[in-house]
Amino acid sequence: MNPLPFSSCGSIDHLHAWSRRRFLQGSALAGLGWLTPLSRQLVRSAEATGRRPKSVIVLWMEGGMSQLESFDPHPGSTIAYGAKAISTATKGIQFGAGLPLTAELANDFSVIRSVTSKEGDHSRATYNVKTGYRPFPNLVHPSIGSIICHSVPGPDGAVLDLPSLISILPGGFPARGGYLGARYDAFQTGDPVQPIPDVRPLATADRQQQRLDSLAVLEQTFSKGRLADLENERTLHRTSLERAQRLMSSEQLTAFDVSGVPKAERESFGDSPFGRGCLAAIRLIEAGVRCVEVTLRGWDTHIDNAEGQATQLALLDPALSALIRGLKARDLYDDTLLLVATEFGRTPKQNVAEGRDHWPHGFSVLLGGGGLRGGLAVGATDPGGEKQEPDRAVRVEDVHATILRRLGIDTSEELLTPIGRPIKVSEGRVIQELV
Amino acid sequence: MSFSLLRAFLRLSFLGAIVVVSGMLLWRHFDSGRPAPLPAVKPDPALSIAVAKVDAAFRASWSAAAVEPSPEADALTLARRLSLALTGAPPSLEEIRRLEALPEGADPVAAWLDHLFSDRRSADYLAERFARAFVGVETGPFLVYRRRRLVTWLADQIEVNRPYDEVVRDLVAAEGLWTTRPETNFLTVTVVEGGKEGPDEMKLAGRTARAFLGLSLDCMQCHDDMFGDRWKQADFHQLAAFFAPAELNLTGIHDDSKKSYETRYLGEKASVEVPPLVPYGRELMPRAGKPREQLAAWITHPGNTPFARAAVNRVWAVLFGKPLIDPVDNLPIEGPFPPGLEELAREFTVSGHDLRHLIRLIALSDPFRRASRSADPDKATTPEQEAAWAAFPLTPLRPEQVAGSVIQASTLPALDSDTHILQKLRRFGETRDFVKRYGDPGEEEFAGESGTIPQRLLLMNGKLVRERTEPNPIMNASTRLAKVAPSDETAVRAAFLASLTRHPEPAELGHFTGVLAGLKGKDRDEAFTDLCWTLINTTEFSWNR
Repeated sequence: MNPLPFSSCGSIDHLHAWSRRRFLQGSALAGLGWLTPLSRQLVRSAEATGRRPKSVIVLWMEGGMSQLESFDPHPGSTIAYGAKAISTATKGIQFGAGLPLTAELANDFSVIRSVTSKEGDHSRATYNVKTGYRPFPNLVHPSIGSIICHSVPGPDGAVLDLPSLISILPGGFPARGGYLGARYDAFQTGDPVQPIPDVRPLATADRQQQRLDSLAVLEQTFSKGRLADLENERTLHRTSLERAQRLMSSEQLTAFDVSGVPKAERESFGDSPFGRGCLAAIRLIEAGVRCVEVTLRGWDTHIDNAEGQATQLALLDPALSALIRGLKARDLYDDTLLLVATEFGRTPKQNVAEGRDHWPHGFSVLLGGGGLRGGLAVGATDPGGEKQEPDRAVRVEDVHATILRRLGIDTSEELLTPIGRPIKVSEGRVIQELV
Repeated sequence: MSFSLLRAFLRLSFLGAIVVVSGMLLWRHFDSGRPAPLPAVKPDPALSIAVAKVDAAFRASWSAAAVEPSPEADALTLARRLSLALTGAPPSLEEIRRLEALPEGADPVAAWLDHLFSDRRSADYLAERFARAFVGVETGPFLVYRRRRLVTWLADQIEVNRPYDEVVRDLVAAEGLWTTRPETNFLTVTVVEGGKEGPDEMKLAGRTARAFLGLSLDCMQCHDDMFGDRWKQADFHQLAAFFAPAELNLTGIHDDSKKSYETRYLGEKASVEVPPLVPYGRELMPRAGKPREQLAAWITHPGNTPFARAAVNRVWAVLFGKPLIDPVDNLPIEGPFPPGLEELAREFTVSGHDLRHLIRLIALSDPFRRASRSADPDKATTPEQEAAWAAFPLTPLRPEQVAGSVIQASTLPALDSDTHILQKLRRFGETRDFVKRYGDPGEEEFAGESGTIPQRLLLMNGKLVRERTEPNPIMNASTRLAKVAPSDETAVRAAFLASLTRHPEPAELGHFTGVLAGLKGKDRDEAFTDLCWTLINTTEFSWNR
């Protein structure tokens, strides 16, 4: 076996961290594990300075939301192809005409119009934006929600039966725990009007009990003559079974169910699975869930971009605006960071099918809540569509660093993968305009 | 009116016929019907000698470390391990009856391997496992990448047991269209979507080193090796340079000898042209030929031991659920090597890179035959025994193996190449949905973990388990067992065999016959559903033992 760990790759930065890594390696061997005392102190001192957000909601626009029809319009230019823009609550900032309700709230969040990445394939780009790292062989990085669930301690006292990371309408690439372990994978659930999958027992209470009694007989046989602490050292079978049963009978499950919400409030999110997902997200955050991801699919408009994006924006606009209003009404907005993101943007120039193709060189994300500054538009793309590099380019990892730092997580901290390879929580820099 | 009556009558008769036929088939399992015997295994003295060498290496290491090997696993356990590894599902009840009919003294491993190799499903399953190493699980670039074609091509090669070195040479050096020459997908998967450039040399260099040589050179893309002086940044880029001529156009992948490869090394100001050079063993590379052909010949040269070691480590991992050297694609080039690896690598090379020979060799060897428990039920096995392969390691099954187990356990005959297409399609859809919810570690094939809550929920309450265990006399084994088995005891025994590939222990048998005693009709059907649910929800069901 290899006696030494691998280097953390993907960036040159780690060359300078060599001595520090050796130190960390030593401390890991000494049993300190994931966090060094120094970093714990850093986290605590960060907590001491003001109110920190506790939760994150990620609205995931799967397929590649066009920046030009949403948060970065260039009305009147050739690359707009006739798309209109509207004024927003913030002076000097315009959004695409498909976002009238969201535009009214433009002071409550900021848009980054100059996010850049190097990934133009759906699966790779999704990985990139969800984890803050480009895909790397032999390693799966954790999604942002998984990092938060891992690094921010749970609230004192309260017991959360629900999973701490939930993906509603999970789409093709739900958030994963990666090297942090499958226990940080998102719990996946569908349209909140449907029952939550897999939480209702298949048999009556009597029969369920009979089944569990029988199970105990078999578990007894299996453990005989096998590893001494089979449960804790290897399988975690009983532990996960008990947690699963606790979830099945938990009253907190009602947070998923939006049917009891007054009709008017429900309808303000739009009559769509995504809208209902956003409503459920508020309820789950209120119940104490750390991170909720809601996916809206269908943005991959290689053909007839204008029509395709308009359809999607009509779903996004009511849901997003009602989500912000709902969080504010419950006094949760400062405690909850909101990210609206997509794997990449779309080409400034249309193709022959009047569609827009993949464009990772300058696309938009929205960041709000959590005490971040609102009413800003950071960065700018070329209105002529000629220049690839945007002004004030923001890297994908910078978005991550901004969110994680805001939650009080020390992003320079190195986490150890199961094979002892140290990797920074994030290699990005905080977007200073927002803090 | 009369026409629709006739139609209803025909439908009913059809259903009736299915029930009668399946009932009759099932009856055979309990009664006079003799299962078809497994074909006799031809003795292979060369194989026996090779196995003895591998065994000697392990036994020597066990006595040196004073580790006591666990007893030999029984035939059913060995068959379960092999079926899971080579088909992704445990043996069916029908197959188990055939195994039990083996003559006294016949080696169950040899017989079972012949049985599995004779069916296409083992080629299909192994192809998928290898494809994860060769091209990953990405959907890849639209239009120019056809993963399904590549996997089918791989399965075709495995089915005729084409030498592994030939397969790899095709992957590395192939030219042509990704549809008619499926092996070119090894290159096209790296094409950046929407990009104007051809295959990505750097991705190919990293992939080639990992998949075929068991070397993780990826970090050397940016800098020299920091944990030893073995690898330089140049090693990586010189390897990448072999792929530079490969171009993609409407007629597929073709080499343009004029294209060269440039890079800017760490700390340098300017880019330099990088020649194609292999990272070690340059004397093994042919002097003539196109660059990719030269590289392919070098990789697969019988003198290039890392090639054989990498294959051994991967096949070992498929069979055990855990590689000899972990992670599976990061082997040291100069050792030290664990016991058995060098012997296996040598044998694999001498056999002409015969994959089946390698699988037989590992499966027939002492470590694979170890039980995962000690002979004395009150004495636990130790992690040291597992680490030395003196006890079979307990590893979690992969998601598709768990799905395959649920589906196979509820279907009494084997789901093999003779299975009806509708049933195959149903299985395909069920497996895909299940794996998505269960969580697939993707390319990290052997990074399986302990149970998670969603996994438990899925097996306790999920759609697949419900549909495959609920009372249904046509589709599900639980009901058919309940209806046809001559006694409760026979039915319980059959359910254990179909789900866990073992007989119940006396305490277990007593428990379930007690539960079933006196039950009739619907209550009895439900009790059988409960029995199957219980078996599926054991630790044992979703772990390889």
